[in-house]
Amino acid sequence: MRWLEYAVFLGLVVALARPVGLYLARVFEGQPTFPDRILRPAERLLYRLLGVSPEREMTPGIYLLSFLAFGALCTLLLFVLLLVQQWLPGGPDDRHLSTPMTPDLAANTAVSFSTTTTWQAYGGESTLRYLTQLVGLVAQNFLGGAAGLAVGMAFIRGFAREKATTLGNFWVDLVRGLLWVLLPLSLVGSLLLVWQGVPLNLSPYAEAQTLEGSPQTIAQGPVAALEFIKNFGTNGGGFFNANGAHPYANPTPLANFLGLLAIAIVPASLPITFGHMVRRPRAGWLLLAVMVVLFVAGLVVCDRAESAVPQRLADLGVDGGNMEGKEVRFGVGDSVLTAVVTSNGATGSYNSMYDSYQPLGALVPLLNMLLGEVVFGGLGSGLYSMVMVALVGVFMGGLMVGRTPEYLGKTIGAAEAKLVALFALLTPLVVLPLTGLAAATEAGRAGLVTNDGPRGFTEILFAYASCMANNGQTMAGLNANSVFYNLTTLLAMAAGRFALATLALMLAGRFAAQGRKEPTIGTLPCDTVTFGVLVLGTVVLVGALCFLPALALGPIAEHFQP
Amino acid sequence: MIPPQESPPKEVSAPPLPATRTDLRAQLRPLLLGVPLLTLLTGAVFPLVLAAFARPLFPDRADGSLIVRDGVVVGSELIAQNFSRPGYFHPRPSSAGDGYDAAASNGSNLGPANPKLREAVRDLAEAYRHTNGLPPDAAVPIDAVTRSGSGLDPHISPANAALQTARVARERRLAEEDVRRLVAEHTLGPQLGFLGAPHVNVLALNLALDRAAPLSAAR
Repeated sequence: MRWLEYAVFLGLVVALARPVGLYLARVFEGQPTFPDRILRPAERLLYRLLGVSPEREMTPGIYLLSFLAFGALCTLLLFVLLLVQQWLPGGPDDRHLSTPMTPDLAANTAVSFSTTTTWQAYGGESTLRYLTQLVGLVAQNFLGGAAGLAVGMAFIRGFAREKATTLGNFWVDLVRGLLWVLLPLSLVGSLLLVWQGVPLNLSPYAEAQTLEGSPQTIAQGPVAALEFIKNFGTNGGGFFNANGAHPYANPTPLANFLGLLAIAIVPASLPITFGHMVRRPRAGWLLLAVMVVLFVAGLVVCDRAESAVPQRLADLGVDGGNMEGKEVRFGVGDSVLTAVVTSNGATGSYNSMYDSYQPLGALVPLLNMLLGEVVFGGLGSGLYSMVMVALVGVFMGGLMVGRTPEYLGKTIGAAEAKLVALFALLTPLVVLPLTGLAAATEAGRAGLVTNDGPRGFTEILFAYASCMANNGQTMAGLNANSVFYNLTTLLAMAAGRFALATLALMLAGRFAAQGRKEPTIGTLPCDTVTFGVLVLGTVVLVGALCFLPALALGPIAEHFQP
Repeated sequence: MIPPQESPPKEVSAPPLPATRTDLRAQLRPLLLGVPLLTLLTGAVFPLVLAAFARPLFPDRADGSLIVRDGVVVGSELIAQNFSRPGYFHPRPSSAGDGYDAAASNGSNLGPANPKLREAVRDLAEAYRHTNGLPPDAAVPIDAVTRSGSGLDPHISPANAALQTARVARERRLAEEDVRRLVAEHTLGPQLGFLGAPHVNVLALNLALDRAAPLSAAR
């Protein structure tokens, strides 16, 4: 049965890739689409208010600065909102908010949500006002997602254009992403979630008298406003501490399935948008095919690890797959599928606790994040991360045959190769030293309040991998609400968002300025199985070279631990 | 989503290149106005519009699926609560707060090699066999001796419910067949035939038991 669910999910994602990918291309090329009649007036109104001339485009530099300044101002706004939230009106009652909003936690959370990481060093129901959840977090889920999508589109234009000095207009891409994609579908999706049982109220926490007569306080809130866009905007931070495992956040397998589709559909369609806009549809399909192969590989490994009776509990006479930290309505299948989709999709909306996964089960989401979330990935960021890997592959292929490497008619010269290499190396350069620092210092090891040994090391590595990949999921045994973790994870999140996007836009600017070389007999064709294998090999090779030693200390050591 | 159209009409295609450009100074107004304006659009207008549709359409769901019996809120259909009396079906063990704390969701987060996990599962399995009168070597459904991710899992597996049926029937002086029928009525999933795993809602089942044979009257 779980394999049927896996197959239906993957089938839907691939089947929707073309229609959605072409729709996105039309939206961001400003061509007519079916919701125009309703949305065009709203769009024009917004441009008039903001003083944007939609036909005027930006150079790569101005596009980049607009994106960075927008991210910075969003961060600042959220930071202030978090600091003053204790004086905000509305629920929940102060006595439920036991986690103090310290400046370091506020800074961490502000960066976390403006970068779509949505790493949460706090538990929602014991920390945040409803108003903060809405005006702070829900808004950032939309804005961060739309800004990421905008950068992805600008990146595509870099390949699509020839001898061009501009990459589009950031404000136009932002507004169009919100109006044509995120807002309308979130309205429908959120409505479906309420139908499935996700609450949407501003009531005080409910006081119940259980059947056996004891009191139970049940957290409430405008949960449904957050729970769809957290997936659709590839953010992932949930309303409650247990995120997607919480039965209010994710009440049914259908709600869960909708969330998974929301995560994967747009990122999986962007390769098709890419192929369409660069007029090489096959190149786009090839990137999607590589993603699917990597997706299935991770899914099989994770499923094998989790569906067997846990090895260390087998002699206790228990029957069934690993259910510690998993919910019965999801079972192993929905939990594993969600782990693989969320860890690939830059969306930390886990519905089961990774800290209780088997070593090889936890290895899969960890590796997905370390490899840069090239499988579907975040809105926009997934595509440019995958293309970057393809460029590394092209470059290595070019070295092997001794020709100047080209991709889609764009030459990868010395400057481009440096940008690509820096992009590929930035994740290990950020994640590994920070992991080492945490493992080597008292302040870092103080976070290991639940597990130690290899699992403790994995928790730390997982935290920085998650933040760098702007994913946000956690092995929650790590107590990350300390000045040390709040500041170091903040660094990783900012690097993962702003540094990688900067490199991507710089590269896109250089490619846009180039002409397009016609393919010759010596050109490595970028839409063949050979090329696909080359890209796959590059993902595996670069990943293994960078991370094998760290993984050996964590999940691999734990696998062989008695 | 839309019928794909490969070749759009020429007059509306992408702006001509090189396009007119904009300068850095012109970005200040969209930045300073855009952040607050779009924040309000997505963080205030969106939730209000959503609520305008969702709350009238699904009032019970929007308010947390709370269950009221004799004028008293007895819990939420979606949130686990503790049951320890033998006449009730028991939920999964919980690590939310001090157990079933619906304002502090959490899993145990114990790693697979953590000795605490093994000890807990061993103790829980022994207690489960004892409570349900099972032989010491009986296999225990794993969901009965592991803690869920939220600590508030409102469901148990059908296998877990089946092993508790005899105990509940005896306590309630009901025929086992009747209890089994109630369990079957409260067993859901896989949803749409292929999503998720089969599950039994513990609170709904126990409420149905109370209606069928009130505990106090049975004793």
